[in-house]
Amino acid sequence: MTALLKLDNATIRFGGLVAVNGVSLEVEKGEILALIGPNGAGKSTIFNLITGIYPPTEGGISFNGKSIAGLPPYVIAGNGIGRTFQNIRLFNQLTVLENVLIGAHTRGRWGLTGALLKMLPPVRREEGRLLKLAIHCLTQVGLAHKAYEQAVNLPYGEQRRLEIARALAIEPALILLDEPAAGMNPQEKRTLLDMVRNIRDAGVTVFLVEHDMKFVMGLSDRIAVLDYGVKIAEGRPEEVRANPAVIEAYLGKGAVR
Amino acid sequence: MLHGLVNSIDPYFLQILVNIGIGIILALGLNIITGLTGQLSLGHAAFMSVGAFTGALLTLKTGAPFSLNLFLSGLFTAAVAALIGWPILRLTGDYLAICTLGFAEIVKVIFLNLEITNKALGLTVPAPRSTLPMPVIVLMVVILTIGASTFIQNSRFGRALKAIRDDEIAAESMGINIARYKVQSFAVSAFMAGVGGCLYAHFLGYINPSDFGFLKSIDMLSMIVLGGLGSIPGAVFGASILSAAPEFLRFMSQYRMLVYGALLVFLMVFRPNGLLGGVNITALVLRKLGVRPRGTARKKEERR
Repeated sequence: MTALLKLDNATIRFGGLVAVNGVSLEVEKGEILALIGPNGAGKSTIFNLITGIYPPTEGGISFNGKSIAGLPPYVIAGNGIGRTFQNIRLFNQLTVLENVLIGAHTRGRWGLTGALLKMLPPVRREEGRLLKLAIHCLTQVGLAHKAYEQAVNLPYGEQRRLEIARALAIEPALILLDEPAAGMNPQEKRTLLDMVRNIRDAGVTVFLVEHDMKFVMGLSDRIAVLDYGVKIAEGRPEEVRANPAVIEAYLGKGAVR
Repeated sequence: MLHGLVNSIDPYFLQILVNIGIGIILALGLNIITGLTGQLSLGHAAFMSVGAFTGALLTLKTGAPFSLNLFLSGLFTAAVAALIGWPILRLTGDYLAICTLGFAEIVKVIFLNLEITNKALGLTVPAPRSTLPMPVIVLMVVILTIGASTFIQNSRFGRALKAIRDDEIAAESMGINIARYKVQSFAVSAFMAGVGGCLYAHFLGYINPSDFGFLKSIDMLSMIVLGGLGSIPGAVFGASILSAAPEFLRFMSQYRMLVYGALLVFLMVFRPNGLLGGVNITALVLRKLGVRPRGTARKKEERR
């Protein structure tokens, strides 16, 4: 196993607050790694560090052996990291298909000239290729039949799945899912579970943040636990579940007898 | 033959038509940056004036053919937009709006003080060097602008602009270089404004820096807001109504601005998204004709 993504002592401070404090973490190629922790532990901030929304104050982040710390988000996405957001960020005024086509942005290269020379065969070929990719991604999350609906009109669970499809359209090596199961009912969660496994089996490494313990325990190969910006545990699900430090972080002191 | 055809139309009516045409070009230009990319520009009249003065000077000094002249005016305006867009497009929302407003005032003051633009006296523009009559040229440019806008809207480039409008953070996380796309969008938008300005200068035969003030920018903005932000038919429609309205309301003399204002207020109350905002005309027509867009037919089968 080789590390696809490596956080080396990653730290970010917002004024006096140390949101992420010296976190070192490796995501292995082909695994499903979950990051858990109480509210405000810094999980989403770690995702924002990886994707370049914030540059780390200290420490390094490397992807595929190349440093990506401090690069702008669009470059990092272009390197092959797709993500979803905790509070859904779809392009609401656009259709489901357009949302995924925008995800496929990095897979094309024709810009303004291409727009004005739309009729030319190379431009049309590229557009056809992107469309095929987008429909493939929509099929993966079971939303192909809603391609022409407006994203904002989808029910909540489907919006979450659309975000996954959009991230998949990057054809990423690594996908970051920020609380993918939030707000879903048990039925939807089961579907999602299979979907994430399929994504991994298709060769995409999965790194997710999730609150639902049952979901995480059933899905992940490994789990890392964050508390107050510090990594307090890491290991296989059953190891993490038995770890006293983890129980203390979730339930408070005295819970461990 | 074209001249004969144009001459057979009532000149007053023709003048309104040309005004509408220029309005459409300007509105479609502004629609690219404000409607499609979601960046509010309150200074688009400045780009119009850059195009107008560039075009007028080209005709005056070089006597270049009008088609080349139009293109160069647009190109120069786009270059100016790219230059100032680079720093100011980092701002968003109100801050950007104020900044474009300030830029427009600066441009106006510059033209008011430049020797070459004849300072506050303005320029008298000779007739364009072209074998085609003005109304025909305007019509051709309108068609080209509508075509380009439609192409842009349904391309990878246009999708990136719409993504920026809807959510910048998500757009950037999808690999879209926001700064670059904003500047490009601003430049394309200014290109159209510059071409519109050049047409305006040659159609009117006289331009003055004060013609391109804040009110002109607001006029352009009203057109696309009236029609529906981001909608090409909306921009065409809004520009047509607002370019023609002052003429049709002329019988009310000074009260016409009152009606004009009231119309806008009513519209914003009853159709806040604009007259054609959120209306997909193609889909509407197809549905009327009984044609289903691709993909949806399959959906029906699946349900059954």
